[in-house]
Parts: sequence; C-alpha cells; structure tokens
Amino acid sequence: MKKLTSRIDKERLLLGIAAPVLAIVAALLVTALVILATGKNPGAAFSDMTTYGFASDSQVYILNKATTYYLAGVAVAIGFRMNLFNIGVDGQYRLAAFMAAVLGGALTVPGWLAIPLIIICAMATGALWAAIAGVLKVTRGVSEVIATIMLNSIATAIIGYLLQPGRLGELQQGGTLVSTKPLPSSSHFFNIDTGPAGVLDGFIIVAVVVGLAYWFVLGRTRFGFDLRTVGQSESAASASGVSVKKMVATSMIISGAVAGLIGMPTLLNESHQYDNSFPAGIGFTGIAIALLGRNNPIGIALGALLWGFLERTTNHLEFEGYDKEILGVIQGVIVLCVVIAYEVVRRYGLKRQQQKVGAELAAQAAATKKQEVAS
Amino acid sequence: MRRVAKLSAACIASAALALTATACGSTSSDNDSGSSSSGDGKGVKIGLAFDVGGRGDRSFNDSAARGADKAKKEFGGEIKELTAKTSDTEADREQRLSDLAEAGYNPVIGVGYAYAASMTKVAAKYPKTSFGIVDSVVNGTNVDSITFTEEQGSYLAGVAAALKTKTKHVGFIGGVDVPLIKKFEAGYVQGVKDTNPKIKVDTQYLSHGSDTSGFASPDKGKEAAQGMLDNGADVIYTAAGSSGNGAIEAVAGKKGAWAIGVDSDQYNIPGLAKYKNAILTSMVKNVDVGVYDFVKSVHDGKPLSGTNSYSLAKDGVSLATSGGFIDDLQNKLDDAKKKIIDGSIKVKTTP
Repeated sequence: MKKLTSRIDKERLLLGIAAPVLAIVAALLVTALVILATGKNPGAAFSDMTTYGFASDSQVYILNKATTYYLAGVAVAIGFRMNLFNIGVDGQYRLAAFMAAVLGGALTVPGWLAIPLIIICAMATGALWAAIAGVLKVTRGVSEVIATIMLNSIATAIIGYLLQPGRLGELQQGGTLVSTKPLPSSSHFFNIDTGPAGVLDGFIIVAVVVGLAYWFVLGRTRFGFDLRTVGQSESAASASGVSVKKMVATSMIISGAVAGLIGMPTLLNESHQYDNSFPAGIGFTGIAIALLGRNNPIGIALGALLWGFLERTTNHLEFEGYDKEILGVIQGVIVLCVVIAYEVVRRYGLKRQQQKVGAELAAQAAATKKQEVAS
Repeated sequence: MRRVAKLSAACIASAALALTATACGSTSSDNDSGSSSSGDGKGVKIGLAFDVGGRGDRSFNDSAARGADKAKKEFGGEIKELTAKTSDTEADREQRLSDLAEAGYNPVIGVGYAYAASMTKVAAKYPKTSFGIVDSVVNGTNVDSITFTEEQGSYLAGVAAALKTKTKHVGFIGGVDVPLIKKFEAGYVQGVKDTNPKIKVDTQYLSHGSDTSGFASPDKGKEAAQGMLDNGADVIYTAAGSSGNGAIEAVAGKKGAWAIGVDSDQYNIPGLAKYKNAILTSMVKNVDVGVYDFVKSVHDGKPLSGTNSYSLAKDGVSLATSGGFIDDLQNKLDDAKKKIIDGSIKVKTTP
C-alpha cells in the first residue's frame, strides 16, 4: 500500500510539471504560427529572445520586474486560495503607492524610520481599500468582483483629484508632469549595484520574505488551514467551527495589504515619486501570474520571472522589426494554454488514479474470493 | 514525498539565483555590438520613441512622425520607431532609449513628456548621441527640449470662438486633466473672456490622473460634446487626441454649431471629411516642425540643445484657416496675435 501511494505521488509530481511545460510549448507553437503569418522567421525571433534575455543587463531588468509581479501574484493568490476574486489589486496598489509617496515626501525623519513608515502606510492603505469590499461582501453580500472593480475606478478618481498642483501634487520642470513631492534621498531603499548590468532593486529581498511568509502562513498555521478550508467548502468549514465571514474579511484585508507592497519597488527603488507615468495595470498582470503559478509560492515566482523575460525580450523584438503586439499574443496564449493544460492534466490524473484504485480493489476482491474458495 | 518536491524546487530556485548572481558575464550590448556599427552610411538614422498610441493616432504622435518622415525624405537614411505601453515603468523607457542609442541611431527623439526622467539618465550615458524630447524639459548638453506655447494658440481659438458664438455660450473639452491640457484650457478661456467677458465657458475633462483613456475615447468625446450642445453651447474646442473625433461628430450633427480642432489641421484629415463643414478652425501644434528642425540640425552637424520653445511668434502654434470660416475674423485674430507676440497680452498657462 505504501509503495502504491509513493508511485501515485511521483506521477502527480510529473503531471504537475507536465501542465506548465505543455502550456508553454503550446504557446510557443501558436506564437511561431503568428510570427510566420506576419511573414517573419520565428526561429530567428526565438534565438534573439534567448540571447537578449540571458544577457546580464536583461537579467537584472527581469529580476526587477519580477519583484513587482511576484508581489502582485501573491496578493491575488491569497484571494484565490479563499475562492475570492480580488480584481481590486490594481486600485489597491495604486492608491497605496500614492498615499505612501505623499507620506514619504512629507516625512523629515531619518531613513531607518521613514522607510518602514512608508511601507506600513502603503500596506495599511491597500488593506483599508480592500476591506471596503470585504466588509460589503460579509455584511451585504455584495460580490467582491463588482465591488473591487468599482473601487478601482474610485481609486483612479481619488488619485486624479488629489494629484494636482496645490493639493498633494507639484508641477515638475517643463510644466507637463505633476508628481508628489519626491522622497528625500535618505528614504531611498538600498540597491544592489551589479556594475555594467545595471542596478538590482533591494526590494527583491522583501519580495522573498513575503513569499516565505505566504508559504508558512498558508501551509503551516491554523489560520492558513482555515483559509484553505473555507476556499474549498464553506459549509464544511463552518461545520467545523470556522467563522466564514471573519475569514472572508481577513483574507481580503491581507490580500490588500500585500497589494499595497506592489508599488514599493518602483517608489522606493526607482521613481521615488508618484506621477502620471507610474505603472498601471499591474494588478491584472498579477491575476495572470497567480493563475500561471497555481497559487504556489514557487510557481508564482517562476511565473513572474517568465513574465519579466517575455516583456524584456519582446521589447527587443520590436526593435528588431517584429510587431510589438507579439507580446500580448504570447502572454494571452500562455494564460489560456495554462488554464486548459491544468484542466486536461487534472482530468488525466484523476482517471489514472481511479483506474489504479479500481485495479487494486479488483485484485483485493479476487484475492479474498480465492481465499474463500480455498477455505 | 512533498519534501522531495520542495527540495527539488528549492534547488532549481537557488540554481537560477546563482546563475543570475554571476549574471552570465556579458551584457546585451556586448552581444550585439557587431551589428551596431553599421550606421555610418549616408543620411540620418532617426530613432523615434513614441508615446502611448504611436503612429496612426491622427494627432500628437502622427505629427512627430510627419516631421521625421519629412527629414528622412530630404536627407535620406532610416527611421526606427518604438512605441510605449501603458504598463511601462522607467526601466522600459530607459531600455527603449538605450536600445536606440546603442544601435547607433542619432538623433534619438522621445515623443511625449513621459520620457523626461529616462532621457535624463540615458542622455548622460551616451554623450555622443543627440537626444530630443517633445513637451518637456531635460537638462543636458546633448538634449534638445522641444516645447510649445499651446496657451497662445488656444487664446486665438478662444477669440475666434467668442466672435462666432451666437448663444454667448462656448465649451472646452480636455482629454485628461494633466498640466499640458490645462495650458490649452487656460489660453482658450482667457481668449474668450478678453473678447467678451459675458460669454459662458463650459469646461469638461474626459478622464483624470493616470487614466489616459480620455485621449483615445471618441465615444466619451461625443457624449461630452452632446451634453454641452444640449446646454446651449455652440462652439466647442476639444483638446483630447482621438476623442476629439467624437466631439466633432456630435457638433456636426447640430446646425449652426462649430467645432475647433487641435494639434493637426483637422479640416484636412480624410477621416473627418464628412464633418469638415462644422470645423471652424484648428489650433495646430507643429510638433513636426520641432522634430524636423532638430533632425536637420543634427544632419548639419550643429545639433540643437537647451530649451527650444515653439511659440506663436515662431509659428510653432497657429490657427488653421482651411475652409475659410474664420476669414471674416482675420483682422481681429491678427491683432490679438500681434499683442501676444509683443507681450502686451500675457497668456496664462494655468486656469
């Protein structure tokens, strides 16, 4: 019996790896067809992507992008584990980054105090913004999907209103850009200088810590167990004494707090201010990455790295004369393939398992019959 | 078993990190240094980094593209175009500009204020390349900052609107409430009020802050214009990229109402030919002139640098006369233009 379970597990591991590999191969095939259809050579495109993507400066770029995407993926995944679809990650991180930038610009305390304050402010803002949707769902039954989409628009409007000269914004030189007051240089997060390859954001360490915390809290604590239980079956959870409402509100708040961190690598390591060119739409990228990584802390990291790799290399493809829309095609196809591949592999695995169990039972039945006959 | 899976995952992750830490030695520019030295032929190699929308937006980016096309036709050479995405970070913009500079494109032009910060860094890294930026100011000995006095042209549009309105009620529609578009509003409102303080001006922005959809939503433009028409406005000035197409469509649907176009001479744009009899004039912003002048200066070996403001005096901004609808006002417009140029009228840049 022990032998059997270990065999199934080995198979499950293989199947687990098979799904993303299958998806990426399928996505590459479709992309190759698309490039062929535009009259270009896909082989040359892929080889350019590899040489360019593995150059040292590209690696630094990819790690920096992946830091942001990883945080976005984790923020979304926390909701997913709970069967909550937090589409509002986008609004949460933008509002959080804006508020944190305002606070950071106004603070005059030394950096060792200012940086934690800025980060806490961002997490609190994200958490509060997500809590609105959480509370609405718990008390009024409003779907979190609808509530968070609306809150995204409201966040945009609030930032638009406050980010004006004379309110919380100031006009930059040239008179065309409004930004918050730039952070003093003491409040810049540390960077890792890698020489000619560029500068690696120090915030990557925070992202790793968040990943570890995510793995530990969900996999190793009572709270994580409750959360996963509610995600799998609300009635079973409440039957075993878990307060579903409390869990919904809490996980929404945690998701929002992590979402608050998304803008921090950009704010603390790169731009040091919030303005109209602050990256938008990363919350939606996070949804794709969480799907790609199957809500697994390592899977999300691989997904985030893949996303960064694709952006870096397709930017260069545009330079080489390929159409810039290729990026959207590859990303879209990968997500689609991943969803399909996981489902196909899951069904295949289920079938195999059932067959095995069936065979085992049949063998057992045959054995007992034999015994009966013998006796 | 779970332990094995986790162990192997940890191994893969640490291997990936180790790979990154050593960073594989060479940077991307080392890798393709072979192809980058091919630019010493004849003509100019123009690197154009567009803002969101890119070539084909019938407005701002297209105007810059026209300038580059004209230069290419005259001097020969080639144009390499890259276009911004809405999810861009500083790193993407830096990559775009560095890629162009690295490949030997000279000049490299950033179309739009979003490139200001990235150009400051990249221009310092490539001191032998000439950079140009439209709509912003970047310090550096090898950077030409191409700016326009949109408020002056908009003032003239305001004068024209005030003289044409019969209902004593006009409107302004802005794409996004960014400082750049507020310059249009400020000039327009001042032009109207200086001509006739009793005229009412409605102002509306289609989107706010970092939501730039107001520059590319003809449906929003149409709706806003319809609302203003219903309220009694009969001249509507729209500074909103392609959203303006919708506003012009709405205005053309009402008899006796006029639309004022922006950036390009919209009377002559084929896509708007159906509505051209409702287009009173356009506040033309000659981004193409700025881009062309800059490319020419690089071609002549004397690259422009510092801030070059394309003002009304230099015909950087002007009112289009196509259609002849403002011919009867020309005296008054010329008068106002003269006063702006000699400084007796100071046009505000903020509303």
